[in-house]
Amino acid sequence: MRLILPLSITFVTGMIMVLHFFVPHQPIKFLGDNLQEWYMIVASAAIFLGALNLMHVHFRKIKLKLKNWKYSPVTIIGFMLMFVTGLIYGVTAARPFDFMFMNMVAPMGATMFSLLAFFVASAAFRAFRASNWRATLLLTSAFIVMLGQVPIGAMIWDKIPLAKVWLMSIPNTAGQRAVMIGAAMGVVSTSLRMIFGIERSYLGGTD
Amino acid sequence: MNWEILGIWLGAMLTLCLYSFLYRDNPFYKFAEHLFVGMSAGYWVIYTIENVLKPNWWQQMFPEDGGFNWVWIIPGIFALFMLARIIPKIAGLSRMALGMIIGAGAGVNMVGFFQTNAMAQVKGTIISISSGGAWDIFSSIVLVVGVVSGLVYFFFSKAHTGIVGRTANVGITILMISFGASFGYTIMARISLLIGRCQFLMFDWIPTIPRLLGIGG
Amino acid sequence: MASILEKLEKILEKLGNMDRRIIFILIALSVIIPLTLNLIFPNPVGAEPSRDMYEYVDALPSGSDVLLSFDYDPSTMPELQPMAIALVTHLMRKDINVVGMALWPQGASLGQEVMSSVADSLGKVQYEDWCNLGYKTGGGIMIVRLGSSMNAVFPTDRDNLSWDEIPMLEYISDLTSFDLIITLSAGDPGIPAWVMMAGDRFGVPVGGGCTAVSAPQFYAYLQTGQMVGMLGGLKGAADYETLVGIQDGQAVKGMAPQSIAHLVIMSFIIIGNLAYFTQKKKGGRG
Repeated sequence: MRLILPLSITFVTGMIMVLHFFVPHQPIKFLGDNLQEWYMIVASAAIFLGALNLMHVHFRKIKLKLKNWKYSPVTIIGFMLMFVTGLIYGVTAARPFDFMFMNMVAPMGATMFSLLAFFVASAAFRAFRASNWRATLLLTSAFIVMLGQVPIGAMIWDKIPLAKVWLMSIPNTAGQRAVMIGAAMGVVSTSLRMIFGIERSYLGGTD
Repeated sequence: MNWEILGIWLGAMLTLCLYSFLYRDNPFYKFAEHLFVGMSAGYWVIYTIENVLKPNWWQQMFPEDGGFNWVWIIPGIFALFMLARIIPKIAGLSRMALGMIIGAGAGVNMVGFFQTNAMAQVKGTIISISSGGAWDIFSSIVLVVGVVSGLVYFFFSKAHTGIVGRTANVGITILMISFGASFGYTIMARISLLIGRCQFLMFDWIPTIPRLLGIGG
Repeated sequence: MASILEKLEKILEKLGNMDRRIIFILIALSVIIPLTLNLIFPNPVGAEPSRDMYEYVDALPSGSDVLLSFDYDPSTMPELQPMAIALVTHLMRKDINVVGMALWPQGASLGQEVMSSVADSLGKVQYEDWCNLGYKTGGGIMIVRLGSSMNAVFPTDRDNLSWDEIPMLEYISDLTSFDLIITLSAGDPGIPAWVMMAGDRFGVPVGGGCTAVSAPQFYAYLQTGQMVGMLGGLKGAADYETLVGIQDGQAVKGMAPQSIAHLVIMSFIIIGNLAYFTQKKKGGRG
């Protein structure tokens, strides 16, 4: 019984959005337009939920003195620092909130992902093996792209960039397209199952 | 106080703290990692309030010219339902909000994906056959054969034996070339990020050191 | 001869068990040395999707309206920020009105940084030549709403200035008011959402830039004409800088270390394979 209401909401909202695509006239247009605006508000709540959950996890870590709990206050202080300065000064440029974003959050975000450069090199060294002809093909394709993408490729042989363009435009497009069409069919069938209440795992079980 | 130099030093110190992980896990890395998570979450929440909730909800419900637009209570209630998830006793209410989010998402994506990632791709594959000279025709054949055999490879309702198996083998070959290309691009992406950080440290941060020490200009 | 081969095998075996920190140092050096030497390689732009992108933007008449969506965050800034600078420079030099927005919250700040700095250098005025509408949640669903009303989604800009008070938005009603949509995309929501919800649904031309990681999958959109052009990773950014004629662009400067680092990684892969086959051969013999 407690699933009927959420499943009905899923069905109604899903059908409104589908009909809105095929029948962009009143009253479907009115319903669809409003639903799209409401969606933004409800989706925003998910961001709050994530932030509240993060705080809950770290307060709990401190309370129970779990592993690495000593760093949890850093997360909490970092959150409060951005939250309070944002509320006081707003998001306008050249204010404390913007200063902290540009000089702390942005460098940390960029660095965090640049670490992957080292690990991808190490992984390529240890795991990228031409152990059979298909793996060799994969390796050859990777080498053509890696050389074709940088000026030194053209310096070695001016046909390498041309080979890269063809490889990307034809075999790569074919492979990516096969994956794309397959995934699209998956999305369509999963969406249908959700709208008609067959797939309900997102509601937390089948009870 | 020179805010520009302070900003550069803050960025540089945090960058070095994170890079210290390359030697091994250590307290400097952990500090910066935890700070990053907290500050990013704070940023998201503030932007959601300032750029979404204030203009798209609060100011719609209470317009500047006065009055009260009651209809905006509805998304507000759904948003509260979503937050109910953190209180175990009423966590079930979040299913209403989830139902709305999932339903609207499924409705939009179902038609969107079908139109863009299925129909348009099939059309693009068929039309590619019709134009160009000998090399273009060859390329078009590779494209069509690649797409069809790739799809056969992903079709698991029939055993990959006989003609289906042979076609699926062609499909794997095309996919391998595709994955190789993706790997090449991934290497490029990761190196680009490293270049960006090195450029910051070498051209923004290091030149400030002599300035701070009063050496050079 | 046999002893030389044995020695070589031993060296390869040792290299195969190299400490990963040595690999890390070599990668760092492959980037730092070219930067220190200020090495710059010429960046030829062939028949790449970046050229298509440039030519499409270049063909737009002055006074056109372009929506530029900053759908990325600092984690991909080194790739996408140079693209943003090159694109905004090109658009503003051509006197095209630039309306910025973001599907990623951190993109709103990064976009502001790019647009304000380029506008200042070219003498462009905020709210007359460019504006930043800020960030909105909702991804694809929000884009569908933009297709029927921009004002409904953006009653105010990023700094809370009312839509009606921004002169350059007077003739903008929905997505079809734009001559081109450009998305700088680091993932989801990004290029697929814009192609699906704006390009295919409302018929607005979509172009964009993306991280190198996601570039291969979007070639499918280029072949069908669902995208007018694309800048893929730092190479795409360097191509655009070259075509626009930006002197000392970040991306062009980055192509020399990129070249050397690629060669180093390829050498690693070759050495790793030689070591693997040597060990395999030894295993087979034993």
